[in-house]
Amino acid sequence: MKSVAYSYGEELLSELNVSISQGSFYFLTGPSGSGKTTFLKMCYGSLNPTSGELNVFSRDISELSRDEIAYLRRKIGVVHQDCQFLDHLNVADNIALPIMVSAQNSLSDSVNLKELLNWVGLSHRAKALPPELSGGERQRAALARAIIMSPDVILADEPTGNIDWEMSQRLIRLLIELNHMGKTIVIATHDLNLIRFTKASVQARVLRISNKTVQLAGSDL
Amino acid sequence: MVGMKNILLPDRYVNQVVPTNGFTTLLTFFTSASMAFLIVFSVAISFAADRLAHSWSDSLANSATLRVSAPKADLESQTEAALNVLSNTKGIASFRLLKEEEQQALLEPWFGPKVPINNLPMPRLISIEEDENGYDRAGLRLRLAAEVPSAVLDDHTRWRQPLIKAAYRIWFLGWLSIGLIFFIVIAMMVLVTRAALSSNRKVIEVLRLVGATDQYIAAAFVRKFAFRAFFGSALGAMLASITLFLLPSEVDQTAVLLGLRLEGLEWSWLIVVPLSFFVMTFLTARISSLSILKSLA
Repeated sequence: MKSVAYSYGEELLSELNVSISQGSFYFLTGPSGSGKTTFLKMCYGSLNPTSGELNVFSRDISELSRDEIAYLRRKIGVVHQDCQFLDHLNVADNIALPIMVSAQNSLSDSVNLKELLNWVGLSHRAKALPPELSGGERQRAALARAIIMSPDVILADEPTGNIDWEMSQRLIRLLIELNHMGKTIVIATHDLNLIRFTKASVQARVLRISNKTVQLAGSDL
Repeated sequence: MVGMKNILLPDRYVNQVVPTNGFTTLLTFFTSASMAFLIVFSVAISFAADRLAHSWSDSLANSATLRVSAPKADLESQTEAALNVLSNTKGIASFRLLKEEEQQALLEPWFGPKVPINNLPMPRLISIEEDENGYDRAGLRLRLAAEVPSAVLDDHTRWRQPLIKAAYRIWFLGWLSIGLIFFIVIAMMVLVTRAALSSNRKVIEVLRLVGATDQYIAAAFVRKFAFRAFFGSALGAMLASITLFLLPSEVDQTAVLLGLRLEGLEWSWLIVVPLSFFVMTFLTARISSLSILKSLA
């Protein structure tokens, strides 16, 4: 990001100069309404910066067509706090959705769905509908969907916001494991315990949004 | 073309990503059925009117009637004179003096059977058929005026032309109705697509989040509408054909809608209607959904 700003009429973020390298682990913190979600949405092309230059995979996101944005999202896994699913499809179908929309009509060439369900501990819930899942199960299903295309980057927006501490730890362990596989992880959260827990296992950096801009936080966390 | 590929290939997911419930699905099906029913009927009316116009035009165009009205004492001599004039007129292929029984049959619908026409001051009628070159109507009228003043040549133009005009008006109105119905179908599809996309905003958000292109999302919706419209219109066309089949036939004198039917190649409309619904629905839904998705971006 070079001098990136975003405004909803009123300026929310300004002078963002951030570079996130491949394989790194970042936390994005800041008070509610500080612009964490907006920051992530700009990263996966859901929102366009109002000014500045934002390069994702070395391409200026403002110059991408809508189709190119769609292709970009296949390389970025996104986990939301509210975990949006298609409620009429079961968990397995929801997780497989990115593969299907990318016109790969078979799962055989991609990640084994059963293995993935097993990895996130949802094998027994494969046929369940999303409204039947608990908060933690929904988050793990969202994570499985985010990584099924084996993306290079995973963006998680308050992934532990609706789940208990034990489930949060379980989820963060999965993300750490992905980081060890070389994936770039960016997690927006205001949960300092989660950050401390993670930093015990992985070299994670913390970006703090304050006064409309992003700064690299010190070691006080 | 991704949209066309997705709509024709049996991709289970494209079919599933949009929930099947919802009033738009039923609305598309039943409106298509109703519209197809009306189109087949309009087609049948147009073809019937066309046949009627041709029938009146062809069968009566080359014929005429010569009416000889004279006092009873002079009737036979005047008729003889008229027949003599006709026999010397170029362009007439044949002529024939109608027998009393035939004239009686002509009057039967009004006066009933066995009317004693001998006691009535009835004119004599001569049926005339012209050859391919035709005869000089004005010249014949002048000769008749000079030689048989009581004879009147009626070439049917006076009543035939308004009937043919009326038949062609019905034919035109039939096709106009078909055009309007197709327009309504297009308008309906725009509204239905808009309603479906609005009520499935969450589905669109999720699909976009996982990397679906607008073409893929549009195809998911378009596929549903196109097939609903196809099956609905096929049902409507089939019901219309059954209804046409059950209508009274021409032979039945009580039939009001004489000739309202499809013949020969006209039956191909039963295939043309569902196919055109499919194509129209596909194109309309695709164009409007891509436009709406663009505005939602």
